[in-house]
Amino acid sequence: MNWDAWLPLAIVASSLLPGLVIFFMREGSHGLRTVLNLTGAVLKLVLVGVMIWGVFHEHVYETRWTLAPGLDLVLHADTLSVLFVTLSTVLWLVTTVYAIGYLENAPHRSRFFGFFSLCVSATVGLALAGNMFTFVIFYELLTLATYPLVAHRGTPEAVRGARIYLAYTLGGGAVLLLGAVWLQVIAGPVTFVEGGILDRLPVEVHPQLRVIFLLMLIGLGVKAALVPLHGWLPQAMVAPAPVSALLHAVAVVKAGAFGIVRLVYDVYGVHFAGQLGLLAVLGTAAAITIIYGSVMALFQDNLKKRLAYSTVSQVSYIALGTAILGPLGTIGGVVHLVHQGVMKITMFFSAGNYAETLGIHKVSEMNGVGRRMPATTLAFSVAALGMIGIPPVAGFVSKWYLGLGAIEAGMAGWVMPVLIASSVLNAAYFLPILYRAWFRTAAPAWPAEHIAAGRFETSGSLLWPPVVTAMLALAAGLFAAAPYSPLEWAILIAQREYAL
Amino acid sequence: MSDTLIWLVAIPLAGALTTLLLPRIADAVVMAAGLATAIAAGTLLYGVGTQGAMIYEIGGWSAGLGIALRADGLSALLLMMIALVMLPASVYSRTYFSKAAERARFWPLWLLLWTALNALLLSGDLFNLYVTLELLGLGAVALAALGGGRAAVEAALRYLLVGLLGSMMFLAGVSLIYAGYGTLDMTALARIVEPGPVAGTALAMMTAGLLLKSALFPLHFWLPPAHGSAPAPVSAVLSALVVKAAFYLVLRLWLEVFADAVTPAAANLLGVLGAGAVLWGSWRALRAERLKLLAAYSTVAQLGYLFLFFPLLQALPPGPARELAVGGLVLLALTHGFAKAGLFLAIGIVQHHSGHDTIRELDGTAQRLPATTFAMALGGVALIGLPPSGAFLGKWQLLAGAVATGQWLWAAVTLIGSLLAAAYIFRVLGHAFGHQAYPNRAVTVASEEWPALLLTTMAAVVLGLAGAPVWRLLENGL
Repeated sequence: MNWDAWLPLAIVASSLLPGLVIFFMREGSHGLRTVLNLTGAVLKLVLVGVMIWGVFHEHVYETRWTLAPGLDLVLHADTLSVLFVTLSTVLWLVTTVYAIGYLENAPHRSRFFGFFSLCVSATVGLALAGNMFTFVIFYELLTLATYPLVAHRGTPEAVRGARIYLAYTLGGGAVLLLGAVWLQVIAGPVTFVEGGILDRLPVEVHPQLRVIFLLMLIGLGVKAALVPLHGWLPQAMVAPAPVSALLHAVAVVKAGAFGIVRLVYDVYGVHFAGQLGLLAVLGTAAAITIIYGSVMALFQDNLKKRLAYSTVSQVSYIALGTAILGPLGTIGGVVHLVHQGVMKITMFFSAGNYAETLGIHKVSEMNGVGRRMPATTLAFSVAALGMIGIPPVAGFVSKWYLGLGAIEAGMAGWVMPVLIASSVLNAAYFLPILYRAWFRTAAPAWPAEHIAAGRFETSGSLLWPPVVTAMLALAAGLFAAAPYSPLEWAILIAQREYAL
Repeated sequence: MSDTLIWLVAIPLAGALTTLLLPRIADAVVMAAGLATAIAAGTLLYGVGTQGAMIYEIGGWSAGLGIALRADGLSALLLMMIALVMLPASVYSRTYFSKAAERARFWPLWLLLWTALNALLLSGDLFNLYVTLELLGLGAVALAALGGGRAAVEAALRYLLVGLLGSMMFLAGVSLIYAGYGTLDMTALARIVEPGPVAGTALAMMTAGLLLKSALFPLHFWLPPAHGSAPAPVSAVLSALVVKAAFYLVLRLWLEVFADAVTPAAANLLGVLGAGAVLWGSWRALRAERLKLLAAYSTVAQLGYLFLFFPLLQALPPGPARELAVGGLVLLALTHGFAKAGLFLAIGIVQHHSGHDTIRELDGTAQRLPATTFAMALGGVALIGLPPSGAFLGKWQLLAGAVATGQWLWAAVTLIGSLLAAAYIFRVLGHAFGHQAYPNRAVTVASEEWPALLLTTMAAVVLGLAGAPVWRLLENGL
């Protein structure tokens, strides 16, 4: 048996199969469900470890299955997919631990963890998609798997938020589908190849290729929350905290951003996209989104909403890096895929901890929370400082490379002001939170204290995930130059994309 | 191997007669006959896949004198779908009709319907087709009236009249053909039909009759009341299979027998009607207050997609692109068959347990009937055309054909229709997920819940992931 053909499938199946089993489990079998979840997550991590090693040594891992003549389901590992797979796998493990603690004694846990696993399977499948057809399949599956998670609580707001989410993402999916079909009619099966495949096509179809790019950018931009397609994201924050964490850091938003990266580098090719004038479109959309998201975040008192607008802004750094022609910009954009995920998941875990432990949902209720929950608040602070771009946290590395890339590409004239303005805005909406949390005195009573302070400030499975991810965010910045660090891997991606 | 053709008709017919004569052992007879028919359909599919099209001359009389049964990839696929829908639906009916007396009336008609469907798909000449079409219509009407009650009888009566009108128009076309060409054998006709007034008029009349029977917009008026008031397993079979039989005939006539006589304008007309069906059917489904009406209007819409293929197939030159589109069309029809049958069965369970099927009052269904809700969700995925359903591949080919021939209107209709489908499906699921404190789960019988789950899984997963053989089976036909 050929292992190389089975590894990508095994990575998808390691969360898919436990998920399917969990659906049929009784609500009460808490222990077994936990074992199943964690076994799947750890197994996936091990398999991904093997894949990282193999892809680094230019091993080919590919699963292929024909669905119809000319339409193959292909799971293929390359440097870019490995980056995203690793991110999702690591954060899935952490989020599973968090969700087990978060949902303790809540109803419908089997349903929740079932769809949770499906969601991660779809994300990993999307990361490993070897052609546009496969990508579209997993892109739609991701929509389907996340809908029940957003609607999970069943309250009218949750059902409404989920409906808005669905309207946006299915609409985007339809536009993406049209673009993908059109592209396949013109170019045949669209395989993802480093450096792109479309520059060989005759000049007559170039106008069509421009339209297709815009269609697909719209389709992907819905999930990536590019303005003005971002409307669902602040609504979807009604979801339980682990879902928000996953949505913002790993699954949905990232899937859109990852798709944009794939489209530019591995379908069009970054030079060809530049020739067609498409990078300018992407760059403009990204710049507008970065500024708009930051400005909107300033005015939100609801903590999760502020974080949601911050995601709108931060995810577009990835698109911005993609729009900058040249390896340094690529490195900055791609590495932010990981850095933003690690930092933002920390913040959503922390926000969930505040809500679950003390009933705090609003920024204005956070006075003095640092003394009551020091570890959570410390984790939050590390991530917030990273988002602003303060060294040595990971976010600094991304911004540094984006800036360098802009200078290298001669685009500093407009990229630098965007970067500086957004950093200032980031500081303006995050620093007041930190100030309140650490330096203001607390109100006499918390809004609703659910978990009393014991040995830890809150229950262990809620506390460790943000602490761990905050440490990861710090480590990704401190040890950026270490082998196999996200930065080093992003450099490897850039080398292969630009054939350096 | 070609004996299986006659078995496919003989087994369900014998079963129907036995259940009529020996109602006491009817349940067992139906299961045995159903299983045997399904095995025969599987054997036929395998045989056609390995050896190509088959023919069986009854009594050894060659076609023209005697009756000949024929099967190619298309009919074998549809026969398989019929068997795989009828079998779980039979198991479901056993629980659904809880009284033995009800079942005694139901089983003979049920197996007669199955016989008529199989016979229609195996017929190779136009007169036999007329006979089987009439038989199918009568069986379907009788089953639809089983719901009892004034509404059901009224709807069934209208169904009967429409069916008769459709058959008469079909027969008129058939006689015109006989007068013009002196034969009714479809293979022979395909060789000699020439574009002209005779072929044109005959095709128009036969098609009009068939469109009425397949409920193409705006001739769909009879379908929602008939499908919406029949018992659940009957609705399932009417929506999934019976309308498909009429569509199958349109396909045969337009793509094979009269392929040379069809003009682009005529194909475009079918496309326009199909687009109307997609938009109007989906819109009405979205506005429906009852689940069964939603499902019935959804059938109107889903049939519309199938007709959108005609202008594309007309414009595509013979070659790989056209074969891809034909495969997509058939896969879409198959997926709808499984999905809609499963959906109707699931709705029947909901109706049974909550005593109604009003969409607005479904809150909490997901908690009480998780397996059935899951079945409805899977059926919904297939109706919307999301991956990994077979409909996704079908719609991909529909879009590809529209893009390749520059017929953007059909692409737009497909996408808008899919979004409308998403809206009406998730309207239901949103209610089902809605929170309501039900401490206890309703107790359901496995034989009631699993057929729906099986059928919708078939549509939403199996046909999508293992649908590639459809194209191979259709290589030599159409």
